[in-house]
Amino acid sequence: DIDGVGHKYYLDLELEDVLDNDRTVNCTAEVLYHLGSKTSAPDVQLTVQGELRSTEEADKEFYHRIRSLEKELVAENIPDSHGNVPPELEPIHLLAWAASGYVIWQNSTENTNFNLAQVKHVKQVKRNDEDLQFDFVVLLHEMVSQEVLPWQVTLLWHPQRGARVPQ
Amino acid sequence: DQVLHIVPETIQQVHHLQLLCSTFMLDLWKPLLPEDIRAGEDLHIRVPAPLVQEVKESLAQHMISYRVLIPDVQKLVDQSMPREKSSHREVSGGYVYTEYHPMEEIYQWMTQIQKNNSELVTQHILGKTFENRTMYYLQISQPSNKTKKIIWMDCGIHAREWISPAFCQWFVKEILQNYKTDPKISRFLQNLDFYVLPVLNIDGYIYSWEKDRLWRKSRSPYENGTCYGTDLNRNFNSSWGSVGVSFNCSSDVFCGSGPESEPETRAVAQFIRNKKSDILCYLTIHSYGQLILTPYGSTTTPPSNNEELMQVAKEAAAALTGKYGTSYKVGSTALILYSNSGSSRDWAHTIGIPLSYTFELRDNGTHGFVLPADQIQPTCEETM
Repeated sequence: DIDGVGHKYYLDLELEDVLDNDRTVNCTAEVLYHLGSKTSAPDVQLTVQGELRSTEEADKEFYHRIRSLEKELVAENIPDSHGNVPPELEPIHLLAWAASGYVIWQNSTENTNFNLAQVKHVKQVKRNDEDLQFDFVVLLHEMVSQEVLPWQVTLLWHPQRGARVPQ
Repeated sequence: DQVLHIVPETIQQVHHLQLLCSTFMLDLWKPLLPEDIRAGEDLHIRVPAPLVQEVKESLAQHMISYRVLIPDVQKLVDQSMPREKSSHREVSGGYVYTEYHPMEEIYQWMTQIQKNNSELVTQHILGKTFENRTMYYLQISQPSNKTKKIIWMDCGIHAREWISPAFCQWFVKEILQNYKTDPKISRFLQNLDFYVLPVLNIDGYIYSWEKDRLWRKSRSPYENGTCYGTDLNRNFNSSWGSVGVSFNCSSDVFCGSGPESEPETRAVAQFIRNKKSDILCYLTIHSYGQLILTPYGSTTTPPSNNEELMQVAKEAAAALTGKYGTSYKVGSTALILYSNSGSSRDWAHTIGIPLSYTFELRDNGTHGFVLPADQIQPTCEETM
């Protein structure tokens, strides 16, 4: 409890690599929820203790595959009702997760618990610069209210520069 | 075949492991060569099925702890094959238990199950849903001259939680397939009857197949047909309407116009009220979250038999984890999840059913409600 400011949490986390279940990395984080504010996202400081696996090869491959598509990529319902994701859409699924992470962070309070329920829609937008752009509609499930709400979020991605949500 | 994960702690353990590898010619996955085995570093070995017991005993004898990384290598191999070639589906009596089924097929399945197992299974009508569909439950009961206590289990109170009805179907199949040969199951049936309601919220379930995969509630209309559905798990008469609910129909936790306002709720409540002196245990299956929840949701004051409730739940969670390492948390809804009122589990407990639990099955949010069908089997096996 920080008087007049808000509540601060100190966390010890273990990150598990979704694509390589044995790989874990320890992290520490500090999260500050501001007092009474429903409009500002919590402050987050994260320290990763160790190295994340290099994904250079896979990143390059994905980047070139998408850049060389004749028509912009469009997809819906990832995963489908039965939980399936076609292998070529798996990277899009992962990017949607990252994009959802941003939305969840921006909308979290001490009384929310969000998870990505499903990617409703994704559309690639061709750009003049080197970034890939994906416009997502993601469905986020909030545990306490049990609501599933759609959110629009645009994600930019580049093999070296990584993922960003443009402001 | 199993793959074991070991982290040797001492030089002696390293040497013993190297000996094991060469004696049994075990398949080292990590590291590549026995001479690279080091204390403090991960070791993954594949042990052929006929040697699993012996190897584990040898490890135990030398106080070497291990974790089963892959319980069935063949299964994983089959699963990674494209569907057409994969022969690994749990099919029994022509019904595929490792897939999700629409309501039509579940109705047919119930009829078949009774037909094929008429000495043990009878199908009964519980009531009707709002859209006038019949709610059936299956009674699994071994003929005997003593009256038996009842274990009630309902699935699918929330439409989008597809793994839940899948589990009820799996459960029935497992009991029927193994009651003659499995001593635990046969003992259960000597003393207890199982009553299983595979889909409680039939209207909602169908809606989640046809219109909105993430629908949760029932399909009764409110506000002149401009808004649909009551959260059936907020509609029971346990501190109804007090906390964790909304009185607004457009909310996913809308508790209805009054306790038991919904036909589905009434159908279940009437039945359970009538039989309550014989019901030993009330189970309601949900997803997701990997939790075993005890009463109550509306207050943190523990129920009178909390110690017993917790002990049984903890043993269940441990047994579950023992299968595939899936971790479950145990506790009252109010303490480990959120506040809510009107839940079926709380109501069952308040009318006198001693053991009353909500199971939240896999997973933890990675797939959430849209759990891939290839997780049906492990989820059901560990929950069994």
